[in-house]
Formats: sequence, structure tokens, C-alpha cells
Amino acid sequence: MNKAQQSMAEIVKETYQTVGLPLLDDPKIRVRNANVFYADKQAIFDVNLDIGKNQVISMIGPSGCGKSTFLRCLNRMNDTIDICRVEGDLLLEDEDMYDKKIDVVELRARVGMVFQKPNPFPKSIYENVAYGARIHGLTDNKVQLDELVETSLIRCGLWKEVKDRLNEPATGLSGGQQQRLCIARAIAVNPEVILMDEPCSALDPIATATVEELIHELSENFTICIVTHSMQQAARVSQRTAYFHLGKLIEVNDTSQVFTNPEHQLTEAYITGRIG
Amino acid sequence: MNLSTLLLIILAGSAVAYFIGYTRSQQIAKPIGGVRHLATLPTYYASMMTLWALIPALLLVFFWSVLDGAIIDSLVKSSLPQEAKRLSEENLGLIMSQVSNVASGIGSIDVLGQEYAPAVERLVSLTAISQRAMPLLAFCVLVLGALMGFRAVRATNNARYTVEKIFNVAIFVCSSIAIFTTFGIVFSVLFESIHFFQKVPFFDFLLGTHWSPQIAIRADQAGASGSFGVIPLIVGTLLISMIALSIAVPVGLMSAIYLSEYATSKTRSIVKPMLEILAGVPTVVYGFFAALTVAPAIRHYGDQLRVWGADNDITWLANLAVSSESALATGMVMGVMIIPFVSSLSDDVINAVPQSLRDGSYALGATQSETIKKVVFPAALPGIVGGVLLAASRAIGETMIVVMAAGLAANLTVNPLEAVTTVTVQIVTLLVGDQEFDSAKTLAAFALGLFLFVITLALNVIALKVVKKYREQYD
Repeated sequence: MNKAQQSMAEIVKETYQTVGLPLLDDPKIRVRNANVFYADKQAIFDVNLDIGKNQVISMIGPSGCGKSTFLRCLNRMNDTIDICRVEGDLLLEDEDMYDKKIDVVELRARVGMVFQKPNPFPKSIYENVAYGARIHGLTDNKVQLDELVETSLIRCGLWKEVKDRLNEPATGLSGGQQQRLCIARAIAVNPEVILMDEPCSALDPIATATVEELIHELSENFTICIVTHSMQQAARVSQRTAYFHLGKLIEVNDTSQVFTNPEHQLTEAYITGRIG
Repeated sequence: MNLSTLLLIILAGSAVAYFIGYTRSQQIAKPIGGVRHLATLPTYYASMMTLWALIPALLLVFFWSVLDGAIIDSLVKSSLPQEAKRLSEENLGLIMSQVSNVASGIGSIDVLGQEYAPAVERLVSLTAISQRAMPLLAFCVLVLGALMGFRAVRATNNARYTVEKIFNVAIFVCSSIAIFTTFGIVFSVLFESIHFFQKVPFFDFLLGTHWSPQIAIRADQAGASGSFGVIPLIVGTLLISMIALSIAVPVGLMSAIYLSEYATSKTRSIVKPMLEILAGVPTVVYGFFAALTVAPAIRHYGDQLRVWGADNDITWLANLAVSSESALATGMVMGVMIIPFVSSLSDDVINAVPQSLRDGSYALGATQSETIKKVVFPAALPGIVGGVLLAASRAIGETMIVVMAAGLAANLTVNPLEAVTTVTVQIVTLLVGDQEFDSAKTLAAFALGLFLFVITLALNVIALKVVKKYREQYD
């Protein structure tokens, strides 16, 4: 840590209170006093945040600030990490996601996720999209399944590119196409929320623009949480922006306000490039 | 002076050369402003000088030891009496060995006759010369080489280049030893097999359904037909291998899935080494386990079933016959033996499936078992197939268990309760004991060996191909 960062760390320690408007009326996801630990190390500190229905919220912050960890709490992907422990109330439509009675499989069907690196299964393009529908029994016959695959691919703008090679391996697609396929795979299950963990960081600018456009279109029907390192991307795709710093949620505001008139000095330092 | 002393002296000499080379390069470095003005580091100069001293001396000792016998022999032959030179090859060899016996003090010259005295004397003197000359010459070569090396220690000469080149040659020689050995084995087996196929037609061997390798020594001997049909052996080998694989593949695969996907790291750290202990049990121990424990148990239960079948008028059960040397017992024990192969190789490939694929599946709401069945297993399948094929070639080549438990009867059957025999067992029985190495019976072992080699080679090639294809999948 350099001197500037050190002094910033002190600021966080002394005055930890999320500024801006973290809470909403009638949100999709409600997070209260969330704390996350990896073994003994605390990664997320007392986060309170509401995520609005059919809104795009982006989470920004320096590397290691806990934004990805926080995102993975929202569909319990952290369950796959043995040493990870989540405390606090995380509610999806007023249901506690971490309740023992909640079926994590069903939760993840409602809260889908797209990862940083495109991770198509080593199967055909068709099978990738049909995967979720098959395991959840969403369709009754081949015709319905075909239809579902087609609409999912159309919504992701991939249909024209792949309709003649649905049975070819998905690993043969380009990086951008693979990522859009992963999004198609996620929306084929018809989730309510889609979590995106730096979905464009492995893509070139043109593929990034396509995916951003897609996010914009999807926000009409889905609630989307996107973690990103690109402030321009956050500004382009999201309505609200949350700034994380060292595991703490510093500021949540409308995106336009965060980038033009940040309330907290740390947010300002980050978006002007003084820390990062 | 014996060889080991000589080698020790050569090694000591080259150590001295190292020291001299090191000191010399330091000496050179001083007036020109330090080691960094040399073309390379002092250790490289020292190593270069060592190699200059060591290699020629070692080569000399090596070739001298290999060739001096032959040279002395030919010189001694020239001083044999005239009548001995006209003898046939074998008799000449006999005479020569007698000469060398007399020369080394075993037996007396009277047995051979006085006319052989010059030859014996010549042999004695030549051997003495050789024994004295070699160390002397080797030492000279050592010193000369070291001197050459010493002259090459110059500030402008990059000794590292020389050293690394020699090192490259040395490691190439090491790696080619294994390859040449393989070729040697293949050719020795191949030539003997060709001899065999001169006596027995190739297609009689490959397509014959009767295996009975006893050859009549006398014309009137009964029960020794000498037929070499390999089919019963193949069927036996395949039968036992199939039984082994049908146990090893499911059990090994399931345990691999458990270990890599379900087990906690603590369980894994205990269970995995325990499983691998299985691979360390000597096959001969598996052999008597199969012969003394499993086979009698199977026969016992088979007998009980037969009695029960007879009591209840179930004809096919009442006719059940279980041999005490059954393919089933052998195959089962062999299956247990190759479980670690399958499980450890499968475990590796399952672990190699990227976590991102599992995450992707979980994120779509798949359960762990769905993820394993539909994503992890298909992705790992080519690697698993590779592992299974390697296990199969291990099963086909396995000898000890089958020798001890499967028996020698070359029955052409697919009934796992009967005794069968395998290719490896027959090779062992054909070659054990006193054998004449020109009869079809003995040569048949080589043909079988070649045959087995071709089968396992093919399996290995397929396995490697499959594994290679798998490796390309994620990149």
C-alpha cells in the first residue's frame, strides 16, 4: 500500500457509514448487515443494500474490495467454498436466502449467474442452452425445448450467428459469442435476477459493446447486478452504482450522481483514478 | 590393477583437473580485472577441464575392456599349431577355452599336448601386457586430456558452450538408452518369432483353436501333438481381463468421483493414500490371495448352489460345475489390483476439469450429482477412457496372479467358472525349466511375447491418442 492508500484505509476505519441511498422501497433483494468471512479473515463488513426490481446495479471498487464475494453471496455460490461463512439477512422477495429450508438449487434457478471468463460446457451450442431447461424440467417435449433454445438465443442476439451450427461444440465460438451463449444459458432458465461477475473483462471492445447492449435490453425483464472494473461500463449500463472499498460498502447512488458528483471522498478518489 | 581401482584413480585425476581449472581461470581473471571479464564463469572452465580429462580416459578404458579379449584371442589363434587351425569353428572354440584354462592355471598342458605350449605362453604374456598397459595408457590419456583442457582455459574462450554441448550429448545418450533397450527387446523377440514361424505357419498360430505345445521328442510318443493355435489363449486372456475391468472400472471410477467431488479434504488425505497402497501390494501376494482364498470360496459357494439346485430341481443349477481354478476368481482379484490405476488416473482427470464449468452448472441451479453426471463426467470422459485403456493393458500383461490362480488348461470357453489360461501364463510355462532353444515349443513363447507386445502397444497408442485429444479440449 502506498501512502495515499494507507490514509484512505484510515478514513474507512474511522467513518464507516454507507453514504447515498442504499435502501429502496419494495426491492427485489434486500441485504441487511451482511458479513462474510473466509476462515478467520473478514471479507465483507456490515453491508446494507437494496437491489431494485428490473434495475441494473453495478458494483465497482478496487481489486480485492469484496465486490465479487458480495455478488456470489446473492445466489449462494459461496457455498461451494468450504471456508466461506456468510452472516446477516439476505432476502429475495422477503424470503431468507440462507434459511435452512430454502432449496439452494431452486434459489439458483431464480438467481442466475454469468462469470468473468466465458465457461460454456464442452457440449454443443444447443445443449448448452438446453441444459438448465433439462435439469429443471421446464419443457415437456422437443418442440418446446427447441423453441426455448431459439428464443433464448434470439434474446442474446446470437441466433443469427449460430442457427446453422447448433450442434457444433460451443467451445468453437469466439470469446464474445461464448459469453453471450452463457447469458443465453442463464436466461433460458427464466431467472428473476442475473448476477454478472465482470462479464466483459475477457472480451474485446466490440464484443463488450454487444454484451453491454444485451444487458441494457435484458434489464427490461430482469434484475441485473453487475460487477465491473470499467467505470465507463458501469456508467453506460447501470441505473445505480455501489462503490466498495476493503470489504465495506462506501457509497450507493444513482449512477449519474456517483460519476458526476460523488458524495464520499473515497468514491471520488476512485473514479478520478487516485486509488485503484 | 583391477578395474575399479583404475576408475577411482581416473575420477580422482579429474577432480584434480577441476581444481586446477578453477584456480587457473581465477589466475587469468585477476590481471584483466576480475571474473566478469572472462568469457564465462570459473566453474565452467573447471568443468570443461574435468571433461577433457575424464571422457577420453573413460572411453579408452571402456573400449580396451571390450576389445582386448577379442584381439588377444586372434593373436593367440595365430600361434596355434597348424592342425588346430584346420579345425571346425566349434572345436576351435573348445581348444581356445582349454588354452585359456591352462593359461590361468586350471588343468595341465599335458591334456592339450606340448604343441600348444607356445599358444599358452603367448596368451599369458599378452594378458600380462594388456593388464599393465591399460592403466598406464589410461593415465597418460588422462594427463594429456587435462593438458588440452588446461590450454583451453583462456579468457576469450567460452567454456560454457563446450560444457553445455557435452551435457546435451550426455542427456541424449541417457534418454536413448531406454529407447534402444525397447528396440533391442522388440528385435530379439521378433527374430525368435521368425524362427518360430518357419516351423509353424503364421495363420495356424493366429487362427488355430487348439493350444497344446508339447512336442514329441520320440516318434512314438503319445499325447504330444504340438499344435499352436493362439485363440484359446486370447479368449482366456480377454475373459480374465474383462472380468477384471468390469470390477475395476465401476469401483475405481466411483471412488474417483467420491474422492474428487464429495470427500472432504481430510477424508481424501486418508483414503487416497490407502487406495494407492493397493497398487503397492506385490502381484505375487494377490496371486496367492486369489489361489488360496478367493478361488476356494467361489468353488464352495458354487457347490452350495449346485446342491440347492439339485434339491429344488433346477436343472441348470444342478449341473453347475465350478473349477477350483476359475477365471472368475483370477479376474476378480486382478480387478481389485487395478482399481488404483483407474481411480488415480480418473481422479486426476476429474480434478483437471475446470472449476468454472462446475460453477457454471451450479449457477444454473444444477445439483452436485447433476453437475457430475452432465458436465464433469462428460468433460473428463476422454481422460477416463485413456486411464481405463492403460488399466486394460496392465490387466492383459499381468502374469503372476494368473500363473498362480488361473491354471494351465487351455480351454476355449467363455464360462468364467471354468479354468482358462492366458498368453502370459503360457509364456512362463514354456520357458521355465530346462529347454532347448530351437524347438517350436520354446520359440512359441517368443511368438506369444511378440503378440502380447503388439496388443498392449496398440492399446497404449489408443490410450495416448485419446488422452491427447482430451488435452486439447479447453484451450
